Order: sequence, then structure tokens, then C-alpha cells
Amino acid sequence: MDLKDLSALNLARAIKRGEAGVKDAVKISLEQIKKADGTVHAFLETDEKKIYDRVKEVEAGIRSGKYTGPLAGVPVAVKDNICTAGRKTTCASRILENFVPTYDAEAVKKLEQAGMVIIGKTNMDEFAMGSTTETSAFGITRNPWNTNKVPGGSSGGSCAAVAAGEAFAALGSDTGGSIRQPSSYCGVTGMKPTYGTVSRYGLIAYASSLDQIGPVGKNVEDCAALLEVIAGYDPKDSTSVQRKDLNFTDALKKDLRGVKIGIPKEYLSEGLDEDVKKALVDAVQLMSQNGAIVEFFSLGLVDYVIPAYYIIASAEASSNLARFDGVKYGFRSKEFEGLHDMYKKTRAEGFGEEVKRRILLGSFVLSSGYYDAYYLKALKVKAMIKKAFDDAFVKYDMILAPAAPSTAPEVGSSLQDPLKMYLSDVYTAGVNLAGLPAISVPCGKDRNGMPIGLQFIGDCFQEKKILQASYAYEQIRGEFPMAYKKEGK
Amino acid sequence: MAKQYETVIGLEVHVELATATKIFCGCSTKFGGAPNTHTCPVCTGMPGSLPVLNKQVVEYALALGLAANCQVNRTCKFDRKNYFYPDNPQNYQISQLYLPICYDGFLEIETAAGSKKIRIHEMHMEEDAGKLIHDEWEDCSLVDYNRSGVPLVEIVSEPDMRNAEEVIAYLEKLRMICQYLGVSDCKLQEGSMRADVNLSVREVGSEKFGTRTEMKNLNSFKAIARAIEGERERQIELLEEGKEVLQETRRWDDNKEYSYAMRSKEDAKDYRYFPDPDLPPVFISQEWIDRIEEQQPEMQEEKAARYEKEYGLSAYDASLITQSKHMADLFEETAKESKNPKKAANWFIGETFRLLKERGMDAEELQFTPKHLADLIAAVEKGEVNNQNAKKVFEKIFDEDVEPCAYIEANGLKTVEDTGMLETVVDKVLAENPKTVEEYHSGKTKVLGFLVGQVMKQMKGKANPASVNKMLLEKL
Repeated sequence: MDLKDLSALNLARAIKRGEAGVKDAVKISLEQIKKADGTVHAFLETDEKKIYDRVKEVEAGIRSGKYTGPLAGVPVAVKDNICTAGRKTTCASRILENFVPTYDAEAVKKLEQAGMVIIGKTNMDEFAMGSTTETSAFGITRNPWNTNKVPGGSSGGSCAAVAAGEAFAALGSDTGGSIRQPSSYCGVTGMKPTYGTVSRYGLIAYASSLDQIGPVGKNVEDCAALLEVIAGYDPKDSTSVQRKDLNFTDALKKDLRGVKIGIPKEYLSEGLDEDVKKALVDAVQLMSQNGAIVEFFSLGLVDYVIPAYYIIASAEASSNLARFDGVKYGFRSKEFEGLHDMYKKTRAEGFGEEVKRRILLGSFVLSSGYYDAYYLKALKVKAMIKKAFDDAFVKYDMILAPAAPSTAPEVGSSLQDPLKMYLSDVYTAGVNLAGLPAISVPCGKDRNGMPIGLQFIGDCFQEKKILQASYAYEQIRGEFPMAYKKEGK
Repeated sequence: MAKQYETVIGLEVHVELATATKIFCGCSTKFGGAPNTHTCPVCTGMPGSLPVLNKQVVEYALALGLAANCQVNRTCKFDRKNYFYPDNPQNYQISQLYLPICYDGFLEIETAAGSKKIRIHEMHMEEDAGKLIHDEWEDCSLVDYNRSGVPLVEIVSEPDMRNAEEVIAYLEKLRMICQYLGVSDCKLQEGSMRADVNLSVREVGSEKFGTRTEMKNLNSFKAIARAIEGERERQIELLEEGKEVLQETRRWDDNKEYSYAMRSKEDAKDYRYFPDPDLPPVFISQEWIDRIEEQQPEMQEEKAARYEKEYGLSAYDASLITQSKHMADLFEETAKESKNPKKAANWFIGETFRLLKERGMDAEELQFTPKHLADLIAAVEKGEVNNQNAKKVFEKIFDEDVEPCAYIEANGLKTVEDTGMLETVVDKVLAENPKTVEEYHSGKTKVLGFLVGQVMKQMKGKANPASVNKMLLEKL
């Protein structure tokens, strides 16, 4: 048995049985980081001393019975927009280059309470704005399947880390597809929970009404277990939801009989890569053969998803990112004359192009005279999109969709045409607008051997339904090795 | 003939709510802590922090809204007001624009011209900003976020006021209501009540409003009255010269008694208001409103009526004492301690008001212990101190909250009941004033007062006037 190849749950089981130490697990991750991260660059920070201090704590905790959870001892990576007390949290932005929070995000607290070891902070698109992890101020992350390709984004670091065997699981954040799309590109499993399921306290906001922290793992079971760890009502987050159905792992049954699945016709029209389409059709066939009832239907409003998403997300971002001003923390321009010049220079030098583009767009759609035409209209569209999904869920248990229109593009090919990049969020952003849960599971590879993700979208609070179906699909599909297994990397 | 002008005034009043903790975090709202000690990630705008609404703020805002006869928005929401300034850690203020908690209310004010309704346009909840201090020596600015996130209610009136007297009456009424409800101490000097004055002038009889200005930095009722007068004159002067009044925000300098333009409408900020996605709407049920309604404390009118009935005070006295809830509380405590409400009331109506006026103080600043006044009342009743000295003692209670019995003793103000000494002095006075004694016997009994005075003088005021009177009559 090679510990490296174990799922997070199996690793924890091995640790519990005494077949492996927490230290061994951590060593595997650190060694893999040393080996692969020079090229992949999934991590912005790993602090060996902190990690080994934590290992001692966890080992003692497991022995004493403090940590009894199913993921105790597992090394986990955390996206760098999730606050870690005493550890730099930069959002991959120059403006927060040296920012060290004094507090842990609620999700991080929960990882610690579960006895997990945070192996490092992962690279991302700056402030989670981007679909390739190329807008990071601290260098791009490369796709472990093919380092000429991007890992997707914005949680590209977290997904690449799992794919490269550098972490057994990871936390990402998903505002318009930022977990599911890179999961698809990197051949890992990633989930965006129902809005309000995981506390946003300590998640540095991009678009508050759409952001959710979610798990990234090697398989569906690991995602369900990690989600179980981080989910829960948090009084510090007013948008947090009290729910009693958080025992997600209980739902994992290999059974697709009678599951009613709808596929929006619009998702299969122009713009969808042939290989991705074929992988989707194959997966659907496999599921039908195993008892699922699959139908095509018209979801409607699909063309409005991207405009509504970018207006709402940018509007909120323009306000959320206003606090980065050089006054209280983070970067401040060296030379300036007076307050306003300090603001301007700090923000001009501290933010990257994509972030500035969205701040400008967001400020514009909120400005007086345009608010009704853009922001208010986008909110109305958002409500209509939610309604369209509601109607679909009357008929179907879940919706099946590609996670992205294509597989991972070449490094350097996306940022020249931001609009095209924005349009690639078409299958994911609607889910955020409607607040729904969705999971991306690998379902094949394209002609170049790049992974393709299949997205299961559920109604609000129906995580269990999509976890069961995706788990069942995964079992039927068979093993999908991680990138590092390829050519023994 | 010179044109007659009418002044049109509307007010925007900020009231700091007296909650123990801030509006969106658990930090203390206490005034005057060391800089940045009452702070946390939320009220310093740290990345990843999130606001959680303090329910008490809603309850206080509701109580105030109901007391001001407002309608309640059963679903109210918070919006972000975006602007950059270092005292504002998030660079947006969480406020309410689209769905404020209360709207369409009124306050009834009393002026020399009678009573009048001033309509309230709306009331909304928001957070206060921090405080900037400019260090001239170091040429840098320092910021203290202790006040950041302290809850405020902004009360926006309709332009229903026509002169400073009405404005002051409105503010006093609002302050009185806040104090009775216990939702704010409304101290203008400390900034827990702040008023911005929107003022325009128009020719008498005109239906159309003139162009208005907004006046800021008004730190006392007197400053408000002066600013209104100053701004009215400035605007009329402009109109008389055929010039235009510009819509702008002006800052009042009370020392120079002049206002300066801060910013005009053209460079008015675009605050890019939008609903705060971190805070879900607040749903206010009828039950909640009913409960607040039930819990409303006794307000001034009820209290005054009770004083008339319970303590037998005149309507006028009862009204005077209850203008300040603080004074009413002191009075009631004194009445209870002394079991002599009428005497207690007299001390408030008479000496307390006199001293407040003399010291230029506000009733809210009264500091003495009611028990001390009650003890003084008892001492007077027992004849231990005469009225004249009692007033001196009260002044000490008023200023320094002295314990009256100890003070009387220590300062030799106690009425002398030593009849031996009194007799000696009476005999001496009678012997020194044979003419007066003669006049008395010839029927001019009024001169008795003079003799009493002489005795009191020689007794250094420490005799009980009743005893002096009695002994003089005996000797004569």
C-alpha cells in the first residue's frame, strides 16, 4: 500500500488503525510539494515548522481521543482567501502581500477541530477573480496533467494540489464556478454547497451573496466527509443557515434507480467542446443503463446568466474590496501626496488588472443613473433564474451539466479576451445565482488526455441527492487516477 | 416695500443609541476608552469579517419610531453607503436607504405660538464612524475605531419648521423622548445627538420651496439657533442682491458665527448605495411591535399627570419637573425618601432651576443624591437648620453632593436651641433698641421683624426664627 494513493478517508483510517502516523502523512505531502510544486506552484505558503508543531498536537489529540473524526490526521490545503490566524492570507494579491490575520476563518477552525493538518495556503486568481489562476500576483499555477495548461480557477491552487498529490484534500471557494471548473480541469472532485451551508466568516469576500467555501478531494466520498467537517450554522455569519441534514456521508449509496435527471438543452448547444459533449453523453448513457431516468429539457434564461452574474459579482466586489486602501493593513504605496493620492496609488499599484476591471465595472453598475438599469435588473434576472431552477426541480431530482465548455486551455491564452473567459462560466455561475449545491466529478478525458468534469446540480439543501448520484456514478465509472500517477510523476 | 421672507427648515438628527455593544459586533460602546481598545475584526473592517445585527438596536429604533408616531416597515433592509475616508474602516457605511425601519411619523411641539405637528419623513439605523485625530507635530493622522460601529438612528423630518424656536422645541422634544425611552442620552456636546439643518427661504405666500443648504457642525442648541439666524440672513441677502442660493453643504463656525461652503451639489458624492449582501432583511412581526409597544415606559405626559394625582403637584410644576426624565427620577426618589413630595417639588422648582440657570447647566447634568436632599428637607422640618442656611446647604449638595447633616454640623449652621444664649442676646437687643421697643408698645407691631432680624444677626443666623419670635414676644 502506498499511503500517497489513499483517499483522505482511507488515510485517516490507516492513521486510526496505527498503520501510519500523522507525521508520515504530512511527509508525503511535503515531499510531493518539494517534488512537484516547483513547476505546478499550487502553494503560496507552506510552513514546515508550523506543520510539524501541529502534527505533534494532532498525534496527541488522536491518542487522547480529542480527535475522533473520520478525517483526523489528514493534510489539507486551504485556498489563500480563507483566513488563517498567524499565517499569511493574501488572496494572491500584492495589496495583501504581508497580511497576517489575527483570527481563523470558521471553516479553518472546523478543520482544526476535526484534527486535520493545514499543509499550506494555495494559489488562486487574485481575489478569486479569474478562471485560470493566472491573475495571481505571485505567479501562475500549472495544471499537473499538462504543465502547459492552466489548472482553471479561481481555486486552481487547491485543485492542482490535490491532483498533484500535494494534499489529500483542499478547501476552495466558489463564487461563479471557482471550485467546479478547476476541479474539472484538474481531474479532481469539487463541490459548491448550498449558499449558507458553510460559514463565510473569515472568507475574504469577493461577491458576498454568491461566495461559498467548499471541499476539493480525490473522490465524492472525501468531498462529502470534508463538507461534513466544515458545514454548520455560524452565528458570526448572518447568511448562515441552520440545518439538521449535515450527515452527508450517510447519503453515499451506489444506487441510481429511479433518479430523475434533467439536462438543459441549452447546455449542449454551440460553444460546447465536442469531446466534453461526448464525455457527457457517455456518462449519461452509463447512468441510464444503471436505472437513472434522463431527459432533456429547456431550462431557459441561460443567455442571461453571465451578464447577471458579472454585474452582481462586480458590484459587490467593488464595495467589498474598498477596504483595501493602505490605511489599516496590507500594501501602501511608497510615495504619495496626501490622502487621496495615497488611496489612488496604493490601489493602482496593489491591485492587478482583472481586479481593477471588475472594481470599475462594479462601481459603474452601482452609480446613480445606472443602478436601476444594471444592478437592479440583474437582481431581477437572478430571481428569475432561481425560479427557472425551482421549476426544473419540480420535475427532476437533479440537473446534469458540463462543468466547463472545454478542457483546460493553454497557459497565456485566456487573459487576452476576458469576455470569452467570462462566457466559460456559463454552466457554473447560474448555480451560484440560484444558491444551489453542485458537484463536479471527473467523467473522462479529451483527445489530449485532459480531464473533463461532469456537474451534478441539486435543489437547495439537496446535497445528499447529488452526493448519492455522483457517488453511484463514480462507482460505475471506475477509478480515475490523480494526475501525479500519470507517468509516475 | 421690503419683501417678507419665510424660513423653511427640516432636520436630520443623528442619535447615538445607548446599547451596551455595537450595532454589528460585540464590542463595547463605552465612551472614552484608550484608542482602539473597543475594537475587533468586524468594527475595524478586517478582511473576512462579517456584520451581525444587534437586536437591541432594532428594539431601540422601534421604540423611538413608535413614540414618534411612525409607521414601521415590516421588512427593513440594510444598504451600503460607499465612500472612502479613513474613519470608515470598510470604506462603506452600513445604513438604510431603500427600506428604513420607520417612516411617516410626527412629533408635537409647543412654542409660544401654540402647539404644532412636525412630520417625520423616516428613521433609519446605521453605524457610526471612527474618529480621526490630526497630529500637527508629526504631520500625520491617527484613527481611533472605538466609535466605529456604535449604533445610530437618523431621524429625518419634513421641512415643517419655520424658525429657530420651533427647531429647538423639536430637538428638545426628540431628546426628551429618547431620554424617557432610555434609548440615548442625547448629549450634543459629546456628539451622542447631532443635528444637520436643511434651510431655505421663500417669499411669504410662495408655494414653492427655495433652494436649500445643509448646515453641519452644530454642537449646541445655541449654535443651532445662531446658525439658523445666520443662514437665513445670508440667503435673504443673496436673494435681495438678485443672486442665487446654491444647493450646498455648509459648515457652521460658531466662534465666527459664519458658515463656510463644504461641497456643492455638483461635486456631491455618488454613494453607490446597494443592499448589503452580508445582512439578510429584518422581518418585524406584529407581535414584536406589540411587545415593544407594551414595554414602552411612562412618558412625560403620563408622568406629569401621575405627579398631579399622586403628589398633588400643580399641572405647571408637574410639567416643569418632568421635562427632564433625569430630573423627574431625582425628584421621585427625593419624594420617596423624604415622604414629603410637595417640599421636594419646591426644591426642584425653586432652587434647582435657579442654580441650573445660574451655572448654565442642563438638567441632565444634575448629579446629587436624592437622599441628601431628603435629609436636608427633614432637617428643615425638624428646625435643625433655617431656610436661609438650608439654601446654602442645598447649593453645596447641588455642586458637590455633600452629606447635609454632616455639612451643617461641620460648618456650624445648626440652629441653636440654647435658650440661655438666646435669652442673653434678646435682652441685649432689647436694651440696645429702646426706641424700637417703645414703638412696638405704641402699637407698631411691625417692628417685631426688625428685632428678630437683629437677634438673628447677632446669633449669626443660627437661631431658629420661631424661637426668637416667641422669646421676643414674651420679653416685650
